[in-house]
Amino acid sequence: MEIFYSILPDLIRMVVCAVCGAAIVFGNALVMGYAERKLAGHIMLRPGPMEVGFHGVYQLVVDGLKLMGKQLVVPKNADRPLFMLAPLLAFAPVFVPLLVIPFSDKIQGFDLDIGLLVILALASINLLAILIGGWSSNNKYSLFGAFRAVSQNVAYEIPMLLSLLSIIFMTNTFSLKGVVAAQSPVWFIVIQPLAFLIYLVAIVAETNRAPFDLPEAESELTAGFHTEYAGMSFSLFVLGEYANMFIVCSVATVFFLGGSSGIPLPYFEYSGIIWFLLKVYLLMFFLIWIRWTYPRTRFDQLMNFCWKYLIPFSLVNLIITVVMVKLL
Amino acid sequence: MKSYFSELFTGAWSLILGLKVTIKALFTPIVTCQYPREKLEITPNYRGHIDLVKFADTGTHKCITCGSCMRDCPSDCIVVDGEKREGVKGKALTVFTLDFTKCSLCGACVEVCPTKALDYSNEYELAGYAREDFHYDLLKRVEERE
Amino acid sequence: MAMDVETLEDSRHHRYVLNMGPQHPSTHGVLRILLELEGEYAMELLPVLGYGHRCHEKIAEHKPVKSFMPNTARMDYLGALIYNHGYAHLLEKAAGVEVPERAEYIRVITSELNRIQSHLLWYGAYLLDLGAFTPIMYAFDDREHILDILEDVTGSRLTYCYFRVGGVSKDIDDKFVTSTRAFIKRLRSRFPMYEDLVNGNIILQKRLNDVGELTPQLCARYGVTGPLLRGTGVDYDMRRAEPYSIYPQFDFEIPTETKGDCMASFLVRFREMEQSLRIIEQALDGLPEGPVMAAKVPKKLKIPAGDYNASVEAPRGELSYYLVSDGSDVPYRLKVRTPSYSNLSVVPEMCQGMLLSDVVSAMGALDLVIPEIDR
Repeated sequence: MEIFYSILPDLIRMVVCAVCGAAIVFGNALVMGYAERKLAGHIMLRPGPMEVGFHGVYQLVVDGLKLMGKQLVVPKNADRPLFMLAPLLAFAPVFVPLLVIPFSDKIQGFDLDIGLLVILALASINLLAILIGGWSSNNKYSLFGAFRAVSQNVAYEIPMLLSLLSIIFMTNTFSLKGVVAAQSPVWFIVIQPLAFLIYLVAIVAETNRAPFDLPEAESELTAGFHTEYAGMSFSLFVLGEYANMFIVCSVATVFFLGGSSGIPLPYFEYSGIIWFLLKVYLLMFFLIWIRWTYPRTRFDQLMNFCWKYLIPFSLVNLIITVVMVKLL
Repeated sequence: MKSYFSELFTGAWSLILGLKVTIKALFTPIVTCQYPREKLEITPNYRGHIDLVKFADTGTHKCITCGSCMRDCPSDCIVVDGEKREGVKGKALTVFTLDFTKCSLCGACVEVCPTKALDYSNEYELAGYAREDFHYDLLKRVEERE
Repeated sequence: MAMDVETLEDSRHHRYVLNMGPQHPSTHGVLRILLELEGEYAMELLPVLGYGHRCHEKIAEHKPVKSFMPNTARMDYLGALIYNHGYAHLLEKAAGVEVPERAEYIRVITSELNRIQSHLLWYGAYLLDLGAFTPIMYAFDDREHILDILEDVTGSRLTYCYFRVGGVSKDIDDKFVTSTRAFIKRLRSRFPMYEDLVNGNIILQKRLNDVGELTPQLCARYGVTGPLLRGTGVDYDMRRAEPYSIYPQFDFEIPTETKGDCMASFLVRFREMEQSLRIIEQALDGLPEGPVMAAKVPKKLKIPAGDYNASVEAPRGELSYYLVSDGSDVPYRLKVRTPSYSNLSVVPEMCQGMLLSDVVSAMGALDLVIPEIDR
């Protein structure tokens, strides 16, 4: 019993964190789904969702209900267990990175010393899910999508890590809170603008969004890796994608935009979350904006861009950072 | 090496130009029309399916049952029939049906009509559960019309 | 990026077949292509046709020549008026009907509007193939103005049946002239926007440059015409090569490029829109008064026995009608040479060894209209 009482606070904290994580994942999917469709609509000079509720605000809720009500279709000759597992695998790991993100000074699940590593490690599981989903669908288009996703994500993880690494060299910590604390006078976007740009390009590829949405290139691969998925199993992929966007944008906020710092509001140790979310959604807006502007790149060009531009630039940036850190 | 950097900069600039266009569009009023809620005015020249014209002076159509439209129709979608009646010169119209599922809206019937008894209607909201919904009895339509 | 022939031969044993279409987002209708793939490289392509076949040529042998006019519009639903124009031109040539000048002017104006409309739709759909979702909405916004203008005079929005043997069915009014002039101004003001958003975009340039290269010889072998041929540097346009209607009176250029790749035909089509605007402007300026139908067109149009041919420039290339008459008012045989059919036939050779993404962009550059291929 004594042991129980001693771990009780941690247990409660864990439950609260898990519930908050789930709330963030679903809430974010609702907000992003609505924002994406509405912004896409207005960029295309049409109103977007308008029918359900005021200006269609309940559209995503209704869509979610519809998706839940749909039959889970498993194609003939598909690898049934893997086919069912893939969407779960895409969706399940997205909760954990949310635990280490410092939404403000005091709103954070756990401040781990290896916070960044946790996020990056768990974010890569999504890729495995895409591979499994594409493989088990027994569809050539899905398989193409999966192959593209894997090679693209592996390639783009390098510049992403290298750009973050230059910040790590400056702050000397993997803890996200430590990184935020290190930006007290100036945000790292001012000191490391190149790293920020490289990171921004890399996360577009990491989250498989246009113009780098090759795994689900609609006009080539019909729907890419999720061609065969319907109903809730499809929407788990989408939820996972939006949650991943949230996570990578949070990391960008923590590393480059000063986390929750901003003009102090009352109770700033808690209300800093407002600034944090504002920055995150500003980045997300940027991702939506470029998605509805550009054509899709070709696969070899995507890889060339990574190997010829992003990686050399991030390496140069890293070396300069290291030298400067040593000298100063 | 020079082209390596110049391509990077011209490319980046072209991407920024594209972003400028879309952000401008984001704050431009929308151009679409929420169709069932609001409707655009349709031009009077719109050619829907054909209809018999109701003439104000006689209060009815002017079809003389000559059958030109039936003969000229490339899709054979018009059926006209008449009967001899007492006190009426020529034949009186008894049947005038249009199978709109076959009609290609070429306008041959309207142009060939010697009495200008046919015209295009302005109906564009056509939907039905069966193909028979589009077998119009134009005689009935002209009688029912105001 | 294309694979060379030797690697191509070596790799024959680990290929597999991908069935693209008939329900694929980028085959624009019911075209089906069998791709023999090696990784993502398409090694052999086989277009499979016939999903939309409606026997138009056979129908023509069963009814009076005049009655075939609405069918011409259904072959190429994007260039309906130009198909009307070709057919009217053929019958006028065969039966010796004189067309009033005003009718010819109206035909040219509406045909060119139709051509711009077709190019705008291609523009949007092509960019959709390349993954850009927004330009199609802007292109459709412009296209809608053309449809409104044409609806006001022809009565329909897509499959027009407006031209008649000996003229057009309805005269244009002042409203048409003013709205067309307003449209010309509008579209001209939109070109810089398209330039910024799409044509100058580095991603688009990278996607289209050096993809699907054609040579004049290859085009001649397969009978490829239209913007694809003009993209290879040959200024072959039926409006100049075999002038019909009143086109010789107008001052316009035939845009050409030299490279023959997707970017070349892309630019040719884009510049053709500007030239069409120029033609419309001149035609509106010189629009004469007078009747729009020839006075004496026999009701039963009998074509003297013999062979007749008429060609016009459709948005996708050369459109020819070939009529064999036995002297009655029903043709013995009517052959329609549609441009998309010949343009599609070049695909297996053009796309060999291409990446799947390039196959999509090369096919989009052909601007295929499937009902025209199958007809």
